[in-house]
Amino acid sequence: MSKGKQGLLFDEGGSSAVKPKAPARKKKAPQTKKSASTRTKAAPRSKKAPGPAPSAESMSKKQREISVSEFFAKNRHLLGFDNPAKALLTTIKELVDNSLDAADEARIPAEVDITIDQISEDRFRVTCTDNGPGIVPKNVPLVFGKLLYGSKFHRLKMSRGQQGIGVSAAGMYGLLTTGHAIRVISRTAKNKPANRFEIAIDTQKNHPAVKKQDEIEWDRPHGTSVEIELEASYRKGHHSVDNYIRQISLANPHATLRYRAPDRANDMDLTVYAGVTNELPPETAEIQPHPYGVELGVLMQMLRETKARTVQNFFHTEFSRVSNKVAGDIAKLARVPANRKPAKVDRKEAEALHKAIPQTKIMAPPTDCIAPIGEELLEKALTSIHPAEFITATTRRPVVYRGNPFLVETAIAYGGAELSADDAAIVYRYANRVPLQYQHGACAISKAVAATDWKKYGLQQPKGSVPVGPMVLMVHIASVWVPFTSESKEAIAHYPEIIKEIKLGLQDCGRKLGAHVRRKRRDADEEKKRSYITKYIPHVATALQEILELSDKDRERTVVTLTDVLERSRKM
Amino acid sequence: MAKAKKAAKKTSAKKSVRKIARKRAPQGEKRIHATDEETMDQIDSTAKRIYDTIHKSGRPDLKLPIRSLSNVSYDPKRGYLEIGNQNKVRTLSVNTVKNFAQTLRMMSLSKELISNNDFATKREAYYISKNWEEAKFDEQPESDTVMDDIEALFSVEAVNREQLRFYPEEHGGSVSGPLVVIDQDNTGRVARIDCSSFGSGAYSVPTSVEALQFETNADFILLIETGGMFQRLQSHRFWERMNCILVEMGGVPTRAVRRFVRRLADEERIPVYAFVDCDPYGIANIYRTIKVGSGSSAHINKFFCVPSARFLGVTPQDIIDYELPTHKLTDVDIKRAKDALKNDPFFKSHPAWKKAIEQLVKMGVRAEQQALAKWGLNYVIDEYLPQKLEHPDKFLP
Repeated sequence: MSKGKQGLLFDEGGSSAVKPKAPARKKKAPQTKKSASTRTKAAPRSKKAPGPAPSAESMSKKQREISVSEFFAKNRHLLGFDNPAKALLTTIKELVDNSLDAADEARIPAEVDITIDQISEDRFRVTCTDNGPGIVPKNVPLVFGKLLYGSKFHRLKMSRGQQGIGVSAAGMYGLLTTGHAIRVISRTAKNKPANRFEIAIDTQKNHPAVKKQDEIEWDRPHGTSVEIELEASYRKGHHSVDNYIRQISLANPHATLRYRAPDRANDMDLTVYAGVTNELPPETAEIQPHPYGVELGVLMQMLRETKARTVQNFFHTEFSRVSNKVAGDIAKLARVPANRKPAKVDRKEAEALHKAIPQTKIMAPPTDCIAPIGEELLEKALTSIHPAEFITATTRRPVVYRGNPFLVETAIAYGGAELSADDAAIVYRYANRVPLQYQHGACAISKAVAATDWKKYGLQQPKGSVPVGPMVLMVHIASVWVPFTSESKEAIAHYPEIIKEIKLGLQDCGRKLGAHVRRKRRDADEEKKRSYITKYIPHVATALQEILELSDKDRERTVVTLTDVLERSRKM
Repeated sequence: MAKAKKAAKKTSAKKSVRKIARKRAPQGEKRIHATDEETMDQIDSTAKRIYDTIHKSGRPDLKLPIRSLSNVSYDPKRGYLEIGNQNKVRTLSVNTVKNFAQTLRMMSLSKELISNNDFATKREAYYISKNWEEAKFDEQPESDTVMDDIEALFSVEAVNREQLRFYPEEHGGSVSGPLVVIDQDNTGRVARIDCSSFGSGAYSVPTSVEALQFETNADFILLIETGGMFQRLQSHRFWERMNCILVEMGGVPTRAVRRFVRRLADEERIPVYAFVDCDPYGIANIYRTIKVGSGSSAHINKFFCVPSARFLGVTPQDIIDYELPTHKLTDVDIKRAKDALKNDPFFKSHPAWKKAIEQLVKMGVRAEQQALAKWGLNYVIDEYLPQKLEHPDKFLP
């Protein structure tokens, strides 16, 4: 699980827009707006319309802090808890993402047990147990009982979770719908005890309320187990939990997942997705932001908080790929003295600096911060899940959007008994090894799939949509900061650089697929023609027999000779 | 073989009637069609050639003349669209083996029909093919095409579809007027049919007209496009008033109607006038086909068109002269007209037609023959046709 370093309380809208090292303001804009509108609603101005107009003083009494947890309790759809079916999926998703992230970071080959028990018609208990590094006891309440607490938000590193709201939101949803607190067992090492917690969330204060904590015996040397009871519904199909777990195993070929579905006969009835490799994904470096992606507000915040003594030093130390010389160039272009104290930089100067950045040539950010799944493993994983007749994968080289490095991977499984030739291709979308199941229409991946010309590769494609064929298309985007369109992390924003890369990847797979499809069609044609010979030659002979009144022997001789003649002519 | 000979004897009665017909045919048209023996010989020799080629380890082929407007020429002296000498050779291969099998089976069926002195309608032949397992036809157009192929294959030898004993479904048009048709049915009974005594009805042209004989003293034959107009002229006994034979074509006339009018016109030496709608379809499809034949059946045009026919109306000039109500030309109409001017050898060699079609396109409108009803229901009988018929020399070629 995420190891928190510092707590962070969301205060009133305004200043929350400026967070240290948060490279994309886009992520936060909706939160700010929403909290503002909630506030307006809270003030019951319209109801009092007939009375005397409220004064600023009387209004100020109603203006108070809104806790983030309270805000999300009212806007649970923003986090993916819109309906009972989705709530189950989102809960599983947050738990599994955290388990895999923690294990990967601690360089442990992940083993995750997921169990769903149905308690009553609309109530489920989800348990997720991993073999990760565990969480130190003092951080456990904060990790699970406080929204926006975590290790992932403040850094630029490729990880599944990004914002530190997921797991505590799931816990809060459970608490709100069933009254049951989230239950956690965690152990960091064999020589340390395992701790058991029951944690509720004080939604007013965005603060964990630990209801119970004790040390227990646990059979695991290290790891974390989380149990959440929630109101939910279990469904099959495209958006199902079953499907999600299958898809996540596809993007994490090193992990082993054991899944017990709620409709299982007994506990021995489980689905195991064994890892297809012993190799862990390469460790990814944490990087500093690249100047090309920084926004003015963020830049000002960073200037205020930096330890650097000069503007030149500030750029050199706080950003990646900025040498002392480049830092000087930026300052010079902005007509800001290079030795000016960062804290003394005023708004106007900051704006000049911000304008100078794109005009300065700066090296692209380092790309060792992203770890692809890899073509070989993608193909292996796809084969284990979809035993198709043709499988291909492509890993593109890392490139940059708005100063953030990212890379695209695409894979295709084509043909085989399981896939229907008359349906639209199944598209699996991934961001940092996490499957995206909802809002496919709003996603850059879907757009890129539809914008690719699949007819070139021998497939049918209705205008402006996904190709038709017995095919699974997989697209993975890995980045230190994946630009989602909303907090529920369901769709990737339409950045032209991203769409272009996805298309290039799909085209590469498409070309290989096209060669296969054409070969297959040729073989089928060949087969058809061969069958033509055996089908129609007897009719030629029968007609000749009828017209020329031949004997049966002559007819048979004609069949043999003509078959021979045609076979020979075909080989020529 | 013995069976075939027996069958040939059976048909001898029919043949004698044909001999008379042929005797009466005018000079220059020696052989309208082959005899049954000749047709069967054609089938036999084609099959034999294929059989021999196979047993010499060769790949047999069929040589078919290309049937389209691109392979026809028009000489006003000859009077019809004549098929050119472009051929397509279909060699037996993996791709053509199905077609070969079907063609040969169809030829075998034809031979059987001739032997039994029977016939099959095009639809019936299609159903017979359902016994041919894999070689069966899925849809009737496929079997029709194969029939046309065999017909084209033998066209040099004057074998046409009727000789192969495949008859079209639709009967010919209607006829009324001072004409006696002498016909004979399958039992050999001879009938004299008076086309002026059908009351409010009319005589209907049979599918095979080759054996018919005629007696008439009519002054001309009037071909009418629509059933409605025919009805009016027939029920008002226009034929009596003008001493003419009325023939209803019902759109593009069938082979039988074309042949019927051709024989009647040639043998009785009476002029033929066409009265159709004034639109590109009436001119370029209906009139052109009756006058010089069509591109797709170019191999039989020689016998199945009426080169002496002339265009009475409705002409583009009539629209102006008679102030007819019009409709706008559609895109299809305009395309058809331009196509006729550019690609049709018949229109290209008649400046009068070129002028008329260009005039029509410029006017941008069309008029139906029934538009004359604007001036009164019987205006066409009392005014339009009599006026027109006073100057047959002014008819379009």
